[in-house]
Amino acid sequence: MKINLKINGISKILEVEPGEFLLDVLRRNNYLSVRRGCDNSSCGVCTVLFDNKPVPSCSLLAVKANNHEITTVEGIQEEANKLAKCFGEYGADQCGFCNPSMALTVYALKQENKNATDEEIKEYLVGNLCRCTGYVSQHKAIKKYLGEKNESS
Amino acid sequence: MEVNKFVEAKSISEAYDLIKADRLNKVIGGGAWLKISMKKAKTLISLDNLGLDYIKEELDYIEVGAQTSLRKLETNKSIKSLSSGILSKAINHIMGITIRNIATIGGSIMGKFAFSDLYPVLLVMNVKLTFFKLGEISFEEYIDIPRVNDDILVNIKFKKNDSLGYFKKVSKTALDFAMINMAITTTNNNFKIAIGSKPSIAQLSKSTMKFLNSQDKLDDEKIEKACDLAVEESNINSNVRASKEYREVLIKTYLKRGIKQVIK
Repeated sequence: MKINLKINGISKILEVEPGEFLLDVLRRNNYLSVRRGCDNSSCGVCTVLFDNKPVPSCSLLAVKANNHEITTVEGIQEEANKLAKCFGEYGADQCGFCNPSMALTVYALKQENKNATDEEIKEYLVGNLCRCTGYVSQHKAIKKYLGEKNESS
Repeated sequence: MEVNKFVEAKSISEAYDLIKADRLNKVIGGGAWLKISMKKAKTLISLDNLGLDYIKEELDYIEVGAQTSLRKLETNKSIKSLSSGILSKAINHIMGITIRNIATIGGSIMGKFAFSDLYPVLLVMNVKLTFFKLGEISFEEYIDIPRVNDDILVNIKFKKNDSLGYFKKVSKTALDFAMINMAITTTNNNFKIAIGSKPSIAQLSKSTMKFLNSQDKLDDEKIEKACDLAVEESNINSNVRASKEYREVLIKTYLKRGIKQVIK
């Protein structure tokens, strides 16, 4: 069956199976920044924005995305670059596998809560695992990113 | 997952006719747990276009459409005002925000998952469920009937109240299922207590409630006795997450803290 999606602002018509998950469809169509990790909603590396809300694409049926908007990290390139600079500054990055999903979730947090506290940042990111960094450096980098945005907004 | 067909229902009665037509036709809520709970379906029936994603405040109750996401419920101010916000707290402990943006309250209820963090809370909050055919039943009644596979949950009503509430989930990590979870409410010293994930499905601790509700004044000794009663009546067992003995200690510890918190 065919579904209509807007991916990173561009309208697409994609062929999907009724029981197929969005992650598989996106990767088959070369959106490779959307990673496959645990494949059961636990690790968060498959996160995309679904109508601007972060969701695990491994657990969202592709057909349920029909007529909705999907954003991958390429769709928030400018903001992702700002976050990447903060990550670099705090050494919050090793293998980079979780970075696209982390950027999307942090971006969504910023849209939802411009003045997130330490606890709110931790709570928002509880579903985004990183096996390299131990989170402290990431937390500092995210705070810096959110602070920078606050100053400019 | 093997699925032949996906249908976006145009009405609740169309969805109902489809599930009645074949037992392999399945209604899905958000679909968040499909991967772990379903291997095969002839037709998946979506309720997304039926206007069941809403939170409506009435004079005596708050009505929530079955397709409302857990995240929307968690962050709703009216829901936060009920029973010290224990429903929001319980939802807040369910995996990450990403999955809570997909999972719906209807799907979470219909799944009858024994590990559910919502069940103890719904048991102590005076909640009514409206099914398309079955009509309105209390959540307590729902817990006692077999899994409802051939009806459609339409909405959930939370009676407004000024009760105090307590919720506790104990798990090894933030993303893990509970070793135990429990909820307590009290209005004018009338207690409701429910314990879940033991590992069987949540139940009201009726003997414990009866004992507490018959006391004029609660002291440490009476609270200890209530905790012992709760352990006795809770049908606690072991599984991969925790032993029976460990669960018993957890229940005694957190029930004592919970009772003390709501009687402050």
